[in-house]
Amino acid sequence: MILLLQYMLIFASVLMLVALGGCFSEHSGVINIGLEGIMVMGALGGALMMKFLPAGVPAAVIILLVVLASILLGMLYSLLLAVAAINFKADQTLVGTAMNLLGTAAATVFVKAMNTAEDVDNVSSIIQYIGPKKAFLVNIGGFEFNWFMLLALIALVVSYVTLYKTRFGLRLMACGEHPQAADSVGINVYKMRYAGVLISGMLGGLGGIVYITAGVSEWKFENGVAGFGFLALAVMIFGQWKPTRIALAALLFGFFRALGNVYTGFDLLKAMNLPAAVYNMLPYIISLVVLAFTSKKSRAPKAEGIPYDKGQR
Amino acid sequence: MKQQKSSLLRNNAVQTLLASLLCILLGLLIGYVALLLINPAGASEAITTIIKNFMTYSKPATQLKNLGNTLVKTAPLLMCSLSVLFAYKVGLFNIGAAGQYVVGAGASLYFALAWGMPWYVCLLAAILAGAALGAISGLLKAYCNVNEVISCIMLNWISLYAVNTLLNLVKEETSPYTLNLINTSPGSVLPSLGLGTLFSGNKYVTIAIPLSVLVALAVWVLLEKTKLGYELKATGCNKFAAKYCGMREKKNTILTMAIAGGLAGMGAAMLFLTGFEQWQCTQSSVPSMGFNGIAAAFLGGLNPLGTILSSYFIQHITNGGAYVDKTMYSAQISDFISALIIYLCGFVLFFKFALNRWLDRRDEKRAKSAQADPQKGGMAE
Repeated sequence: MILLLQYMLIFASVLMLVALGGCFSEHSGVINIGLEGIMVMGALGGALMMKFLPAGVPAAVIILLVVLASILLGMLYSLLLAVAAINFKADQTLVGTAMNLLGTAAATVFVKAMNTAEDVDNVSSIIQYIGPKKAFLVNIGGFEFNWFMLLALIALVVSYVTLYKTRFGLRLMACGEHPQAADSVGINVYKMRYAGVLISGMLGGLGGIVYITAGVSEWKFENGVAGFGFLALAVMIFGQWKPTRIALAALLFGFFRALGNVYTGFDLLKAMNLPAAVYNMLPYIISLVVLAFTSKKSRAPKAEGIPYDKGQR
Repeated sequence: MKQQKSSLLRNNAVQTLLASLLCILLGLLIGYVALLLINPAGASEAITTIIKNFMTYSKPATQLKNLGNTLVKTAPLLMCSLSVLFAYKVGLFNIGAAGQYVVGAGASLYFALAWGMPWYVCLLAAILAGAALGAISGLLKAYCNVNEVISCIMLNWISLYAVNTLLNLVKEETSPYTLNLINTSPGSVLPSLGLGTLFSGNKYVTIAIPLSVLVALAVWVLLEKTKLGYELKATGCNKFAAKYCGMREKKNTILTMAIAGGLAGMGAAMLFLTGFEQWQCTQSSVPSMGFNGIAAAFLGGLNPLGTILSSYFIQHITNGGAYVDKTMYSAQISDFISALIIYLCGFVLFFKFALNRWLDRRDEKRAKSAQADPQKGGMAE
């Protein structure tokens, strides 16, 4: 039971971080399908930092550096979307899809090249981080508390305040609803959209490192992040683009995802004798069903996905 | 003379071709830079290996056989890219081609290996399975307003796990792969009709290759020359207007996704019913064929005939990637290059816009100078 709670919270943290990222980007008017690729890049940044940090660095420093590395790489990578979608008015779905493919391919090529350079026989795409990973965990009576959970909570609060209580957030949302109107009162739509995409890069990158360190202590970059970026998008839609609802949705999805990891620990579920594949499918099926029931009255930002053209009426 | 040249540049097809070539060149260039960064020593050799693919062999017979291998995998890729293209023409982004391809593989292999059905039944099963999966996304889009990209992605993963479980029933006992098709059920193998002998006896070369080209032509005819195609495209442009004109926009959306799904499912059957590949039942990621289909569709300028060329090109470099020196580089470098090409395809619209603006400006300038000096302008004509 404790294990279920632990996995649920950590997966919910991932989904929450990434979905909040998507929320910022979409409120500014840019659809970010590329979250998956951004997560991979963020994960790569964090994993590399963990690999190359010398042993004996205090835990707080490890956490800080790893988080920074992930955020930095995620933001850099999200620039690809920002430049294409905002300056060059490219099709956002296409660019996002390309970023997902590119993220996994680039990370795999890079990690494999690094591994082979160290040892010619090593052609795997795995980075190990058993040692430094311990810095993130605090054991409280059998429950492994992960600092990332706290981080996700902070991100939630900060996002809420930023979106609804600051000038920046309200302006950002205006750009996603009616950019022409926003422009007419002197808001720089391009700048706001850049900000939205970069924030999504930051949160997406952070989500990536949390995801790969959540369960295992090594990660094979060939696998990308197994559709988690898209699950996060589903969470965001289910959460109606509102931070508080996103948090609740993330908990729900996190629960079903966690079930796949720990279902063998429950006698009832074990007695049902379902194949493991069913539990693997569960989060995706649930999200489809949930979306089917909630999308009808979805309140997406009105101008999302439409490139902003100053001259347009 | 000059007038003619500018009108040639204004031609949409020429612009598309130029843009695609530019994407390819830039993609290869960036890929080359990446290779240089990883290991400067073998970079030039690696990039030429990728471009040369089967031509790295010196014997013509071996070259021909490997050209056959590339073509065998081009057929499913072409089908996937047609699937993406078809949906895109109707305003839907079918990222689910990957999942539809997976269920197509599952259905065709299960019909072949478990029941030993003849090849046309297996092919039909694959088409229906793909179409059914596509129709689910279409239904969700039409009636529940679920974004087709999200639902397709979810279905991709669901179908991957489902097919893994299904094909587990017909796998080899000692390996994670499905039973060998040619030994288990020879009647399910696509007929070759002597095409294999053209490629130095490559037994995997079957009717799938000409069939896929025929399908490409059929898709073109359907989209450009029929009433149904026109209705589908109209629905994609503006579903409210389509409804106003008396078209059944919901039915059209579902039909589009079903056709797109059928195309991708058929593509899978075209590969797996040759026995060229066996399904790995422990696969933990969705096969890249469907995603490469997106690359091919956009690189081909969203034209069914253009995609024939672009599919071949994408498959050519993907196969070429397998030949690079593994002690220095990984085969994923070609995935990297094709992903770059998709990304660059996003800039095609901007490229055309910039080109047209440049042409406009040039014409304007020419018109002005002709006005200022009519005699000289007349001479240039």
